[in-house]
Formats: sequence, structure tokens, C-alpha cells
Amino acid sequence: MEVELRGITKRFGEVVANSDVNLKIRAGEILGLLGENGAGKSTLMNVLSGLYRADDGQILIDGSPVHFRDAKDAINAGIGMVHQHFMLVPVFTVAENVVLGVEPTGVLDHLDLKRAREQVQAISAQHGLEVDPNGLIEEMPVGLQQRVEIIKVLFRSADILIFDEPTAVLTPQEVTEFFTIIRSLRDAGKALVFITHKLGEMLEVADRISVLRGGKIVGEGDPKTTSDAELAELMVGRPVSFEVERAPTTAGELLLEVNKLRVLNDRDEAVVDDIDFQIRAGEVIGIAGVQGNGQTELVDALTGLKPVASGSISFLGQDITMASTRQRHRFGIAHIPEDRQRSGIVAEFTIAENCVLDSYYDDRYSSGLTLHWPDVHKASAEIVQEFDVRTPSVFALADHLSGGNQQKLVVGRELSRDIKLIIAAQPTRGVDVGSIEYIHKRIIEAADASVGVLIVSTELDEIKELCDRILVMFRGRIVAEFDSGKAGVKEIGLAMAGIAPGSLTGGTA
Amino acid sequence: MSEAPTHATIQEQLLRRAVTSRHDFEEIFLVPIFAVLIALALGGATMLATGVDLATIGKSFAALLNGSLGSASALSETLTAAAPVTLAALGIALGFRAGLFNIGAEGQLLIGGMAAVIVGFAARGLPAAIHLPLALLAAALAGALWASIAGWLKAATGAHEVITTIMLNLIAFRLVDFLLRSPQIQRPGRSDPISQSILSSAELPKLLTWIEPNLRLHAGILVAVAMVFLVYWLLFRSTLGFEFRLAGLNPDAARYAGMRSGLIVVLVMALAGALAGLAGANQVLGVLGRASPNFSGGIGFDAIAVALLGRSHPIGVLVAGLLFGALEAGGRQMQVSAGVSIDLIAIIQALIIVFIAAPTLVRTVFPFAFGKEVRR
Repeated sequence: MEVELRGITKRFGEVVANSDVNLKIRAGEILGLLGENGAGKSTLMNVLSGLYRADDGQILIDGSPVHFRDAKDAINAGIGMVHQHFMLVPVFTVAENVVLGVEPTGVLDHLDLKRAREQVQAISAQHGLEVDPNGLIEEMPVGLQQRVEIIKVLFRSADILIFDEPTAVLTPQEVTEFFTIIRSLRDAGKALVFITHKLGEMLEVADRISVLRGGKIVGEGDPKTTSDAELAELMVGRPVSFEVERAPTTAGELLLEVNKLRVLNDRDEAVVDDIDFQIRAGEVIGIAGVQGNGQTELVDALTGLKPVASGSISFLGQDITMASTRQRHRFGIAHIPEDRQRSGIVAEFTIAENCVLDSYYDDRYSSGLTLHWPDVHKASAEIVQEFDVRTPSVFALADHLSGGNQQKLVVGRELSRDIKLIIAAQPTRGVDVGSIEYIHKRIIEAADASVGVLIVSTELDEIKELCDRILVMFRGRIVAEFDSGKAGVKEIGLAMAGIAPGSLTGGTA
Repeated sequence: MSEAPTHATIQEQLLRRAVTSRHDFEEIFLVPIFAVLIALALGGATMLATGVDLATIGKSFAALLNGSLGSASALSETLTAAAPVTLAALGIALGFRAGLFNIGAEGQLLIGGMAAVIVGFAARGLPAAIHLPLALLAAALAGALWASIAGWLKAATGAHEVITTIMLNLIAFRLVDFLLRSPQIQRPGRSDPISQSILSSAELPKLLTWIEPNLRLHAGILVAVAMVFLVYWLLFRSTLGFEFRLAGLNPDAARYAGMRSGLIVVLVMALAGALAGLAGANQVLGVLGRASPNFSGGIGFDAIAVALLGRSHPIGVLVAGLLFGALEAGGRQMQVSAGVSIDLIAIIQALIIVFIAAPTLVRTVFPFAFGKEVRR
């Protein structure tokens, strides 16, 4: 089986999302599709899976042209997509989820769950996708949920499987397992498309790489002969440096001291459990961990957004455990929030308004009740230029900015205040490679200027690259601590899964 | 861009204000105008369907126009009706901006109006320059206090303001009934619930009696226009307004920015209540001279529609308030000279809201008036 995309063009109004794209997907091969956010990867795959109709071009299966009216047509043609965000019903079992929509039925339309379970088991056995058909989705770790998604696609007899950013939510170990799975699917003769913006993974698992930029295929690569620097250059359109230059760390005065910190969730369970650490001026500390292990709550507690159950936080020797968010801002703690769409940026506000989101009350921008808009606008124009936010005007709505530019705006806003400590949660999530490089550079520059930095990230590469010390969080606790230079990805990965080096033991993922 | 532009020129470019896009212009001006047109047309169709003949329909639309804009007296009536609904709608718009759906203007208006009446007849021997402002202040304060109950309940317990303000409306109705029967307030010699009349020193002065002595227009319209500018300043030129708008658009971002959401909720409700209270004062001090049950007459509910029609923008609210004033004044004329039920005006008002709420519908009906929609 072979699928060919020939001259695919897809426009949205004036925007050309895909322009004359040619692509071949072959059975028994993993095609890596690489590109930044907004390069047109998802659009292309949505065309292939029948969700969009191309304005121009053809899809050919085994040489004969096909027309997909909707996703169902594509599924019937053997094309299946595993989405980045799983589409599973949490309170259903694996078998129920797999057969949803195409349920095996018996007499009088009776739902035949027994047959469903057998079918699921058969697929599991055939492809080495071990999973309990009676398990409830909500009780499963993310890696297993992904297997269920794969089984779902295979159950609909897909021969071409498209994976959209499949590793974004996985631990390093789960990524390794996932690679084993897709290799075995390839060997079983399936055609696979692997979409990602992570270069290392691409080089490891793909048989052939196509790079998309600005809606066009800008290059093809053989993973055996290409380097990640070459791929990055193809992807971004200019040379990219992954090395962040850092002055040697000279840890200065003690900035932040966290002592036996405990934070509870709504059900009174400790989600941050007995955590201690310190940050000194000029230091970059990283908190690694799989999403949902208490990092969000830790950051909320440090920034005053969530009350502390017990323990203390002090800043420059002063106890700030009970201080308000505003007070902490004033002390010089900057916060880059983990979800810019939710709290970092107000889409309906102008860029200028977003630039003073948490400092509008400052003497620079207002006196008494009156806001001085001319001063706000001038300061915003400085931030926009200084932090390379691509916009024609500070009066444009933040909504019109790309994700990377929104994030640069948030970073610019926080770093352009008079600050002593940066708390950066997922500072480069959903941001293009060029902006990642830029944001990293600015954060490290701040550290070199003896600002303390706490980076909370699920991207191990990011943590390894930027941080002096790495703390690993698992189920609300810090289960391991590494010196950045000495730590291996494997040890950190194990700690992220709760298997700590030495005496510390946790549960298994 | 062959050569790197200088810092100064980049800054200058960034500070260049974009021209208001055609889309914004259409949304703010064209959609409401066409919505009114469709609503009038459908109103005509409704009349036709209920058996009114074409001549009477023509006559009633002529009366609508005549009664709202056709004469000095018509204009006076339009403005008189526009003032309270504009004031109350400003408060509701403020709430919308801050993400609060305040249904309680009617109750706040009643409580504010009662306070104005009490100060209006009880504070004797004051010059008008003190008495009138005092009565207005009492109305604003009483409305603010009444509305803050809902604000406080939301901030402290999370009780939804839609529920609490509706309940407070019901309480306000009964409370006014009760007060109007209490011996300190009830007019001596009357058994029905009606208050004493306010002193002339508390009256909102009539503005047009120099043209014709029976023109009812009073200084309430000036209060309303002043409040339009005050609310505009508050929303778009003050730090408080920045907080209100942020809390309304994105409560998470407001918390992130260190704002105290509870305080904002109470403040917004209090200000909205103060404006509704002024609307009540406008009625008792400008039009009625006393309070009777239901002197609010549904203004607090019409105000919700006006705030929506004005897209929660103070200027838009003023325009919408004038439109509603015109519909009210013209509707009365329609009833008198064409014998068409005043309910029809309510139908037309409702239709206008439906079409405002569905701008795409308006765009579809009048494709020639609008630029081509660009999908983003």
C-alpha cells in the first residue's frame, strides 16, 4: 500500500496553509513530518484524514485517486489518526472505548461487549500492545491511554497511522516503549506518519524525514546522514544554535527558601508534599517531572495563587508564606505562567494592555486612579522591540500574535520589570524553535545578571540545557536531585517515573 | 527591509494606531441600525398577521416617528424616557464588562428611588443646591448598598449573581410595598400604598418649560450624560476599569496579575447599584414626584436590553438608551393615534435584541451593506 499526496494546496481565506505539497507514504516505513507550529503539518494531515478538503491537488492510494468527503471516508480507506489530545471516554473501559461508534452487536442490536473484549485482546496480542481490555481509562497512565488510541485505530483496520505529536505527553521511558511499538507496527507492514517538532526523536525513529516550513516541503532528509542542526536549519530557515552560552555560575545571596512546603488540592490530598529547596541569585534551578505531579501547585503556592497548608516560603530572608500575589510581584518575583492562554495573555486586550497586565498600578503607568496610556504605550513599544515580538503595532490585539510571539510578550513583560527571581513554568511550551532559542537566551542572560531562576518544565532537554541543578518531582515530592553536568537522561527519566536512584523509592508508573 | 531601521523609527511605527477596521465599524453601527430596520419590518408583519390593515400600519409607523422625533414635545418625551434606562443600563454594562450578569437593576432602582423620595420629603428647609444633590446621593448609596449584597454573596460564597439579584429584586418589590404603608412614609390620609410628595427643592429642574410649560424633560438627562462620560473614563482611563475589564475577560489572568477578585466583584456591583439607584431617583425626583408600588415600571429589565444593544460600551449604551426612549415615546403615540397595542412596541424591542444578538443573521439579510467577512 502506498499513499501519495500530489500538489496539495489548502487555503484559509488569504492564508495559504499548504502550498503544492507532494508527499509519499509507504507501507513498512516511518515517515517523519517535521515542522514548527504553524508550518502546516496538522492541516496537511487533516486533509489526509478527510477532515479538510484540499483546494487543489490529489490524494492517490496505490496509484488511483481518491476523494474523501469526510473523516469516515478516510477511515474506510484505511487511514487512521492518533490525536495529540486523546479522544477517550475516561469512565469507559478500554474495550468500550475501542469499539465506540462501531460496536459489535448481537441479536436485537444487543451490545456484545464480550466480543469487543476478544477483539481488543486479539489486536493487543498481534501487535504487542499490552493492555487490559477491562481497565478503566481514567485509572491508566498516559502511556497506556495512548496504546488504547492506537488499538482504536487498528480496530478500524487502518493501514496508515498518523501520529500527531505523540510523545508530548510521555515520560522518557514511555517514549522508548512507544518507539518500540511503532517500529513493530512498521515491521508488520503498516505505513506510519510521525509528526513532531522534536529533532532528536525524529532522527531516532524515522526512516525518512520531510520538513515543512510555511506550508511547503522545504527539504527531505535521511536520518542516517542528517544532523539535528541541519534539520533545525531547514525547519526554521536559518542556522539555530542549541548551545546556550552561560557565564560560569556564581551563586550569590540566598533568594528563595522553601521549607517543608505542603499544598493540598480540593480533595484535601497533599499534591505538594514536604518540599524543601533554595535558590540563590544567579542560579538556575530546574524542576523536572511528568505533568501532573504537583508542579502546577508548587508554582501556584510560590506565586501566592494557592494557599499553603503547612511549611514556609521566604524571600530574601523575609517570610512571604502569607503574602499576596501582588506583594510578591512587588518584591521582584516574576512569574511566567504555564498556560499563557489561560492566564498569561488576555487575547481580547491589546498588546499594550497585555504589557502592563501585572504592573498597571505601578507609578510608571498610573497615578491614583488614572492610567497614563501614553506611558503604557511607550513602554510596550520598548518591550515589543526589545523582545522581538512580531507585530505591526502595540494597539493590535494579542489574539493576532502567534504562540511564540505571545510567549515572547509574556517573557518580555516579566523580564522588563525590576526583578530578582523568575519563576518560569513551561516557558517554551507550544512555541516554535526560533522563539525557544530566543526565550532561553533571555532567561540565561537574566541569570547571568544575577537573577535567580526556577524553571519548571516537562521537557527534559530544556531542563538539562539550562539548569545548574535539577530537582525531580514525582507525586508531589522531590524524589531526586541532580547536578546538571553529571546527570544522565536515563537516571532523570527513572526518577520522573518515581524510581529514584539509591535509597529513595516511589511507586511505579 | 534592506537596511536596519533605527530604534526611533521602529518605536514610531509600533505606536501608530491602527485605523478602526471596517469590521468594527459594521459591528458597532451598521448591525444595530439594520437590526432596528428588520425588527420594524417584522413588527409590521406581526400587525398584518393580527389583522391590522395596511393603512393603519402605515399610520402607526408614522405615529411612531412622530411621537418620538416629530415635535418638541415628542423629543422631550423621548429624552425623558431615555434618561433612566440609560442610567440603569450603564450599571449593567459595567457589570457585563467585569463578567457579571446583574439582573438586579430593577430592585436597585426601587431601593434607590425610595431613598431619594425619603430624603426628598423628609429633609426640610434645605436649599435646592443642597437638597437635590443630597437626594441623588442617597439614591446612589442605597442602590449601591443593595447591589453590594449580591456582590458580597458572590465574593464570599460563590453564590451566582443571576440568582441573588433576581431574589433581591423580589425582596425589593415587597420592601417598597411595606415602606409605602409605613406611617412615616405613606401620604397622610391615604390607605393605598403611596408615599408623601417630595419637596420642590428636591425636584430635578425642568429644562424646557421656557418653550412650553408642559414639557416634561428634566435635568435627569444631564445626569445620565454625565454618567456616560464618567463610566467611559472609569472603564477605559482608570486602573480600576482596567481591573474590571481584565476580571471580566479572563478571571485567571486577573488573579495572576494579583488583583483581588472578591473586592472587584463587590465594587462593580456597588457601582452598578449606584447607577441604577440614580435611575430610580431620576423617576421619583424628575417625573413622578412620589413613589408608588412598581414605580420602576420595568426600566431595570429594559436596561439589560439597552446594555446589550449598546454592546456594553458607554457611548453605545447612550445611543441604545435614546433608541429605547424613542420607541417608548413613539409607542405611546402609536397607541393613541393608530390604536395599536403598546405590546407591539415590546415585540419590536424584543426583535431588535434578537437581531443584535445574531449579527450574522443581519449580515445575511443585508449582504450589500457589509464587507466580505474574512475567516481567521
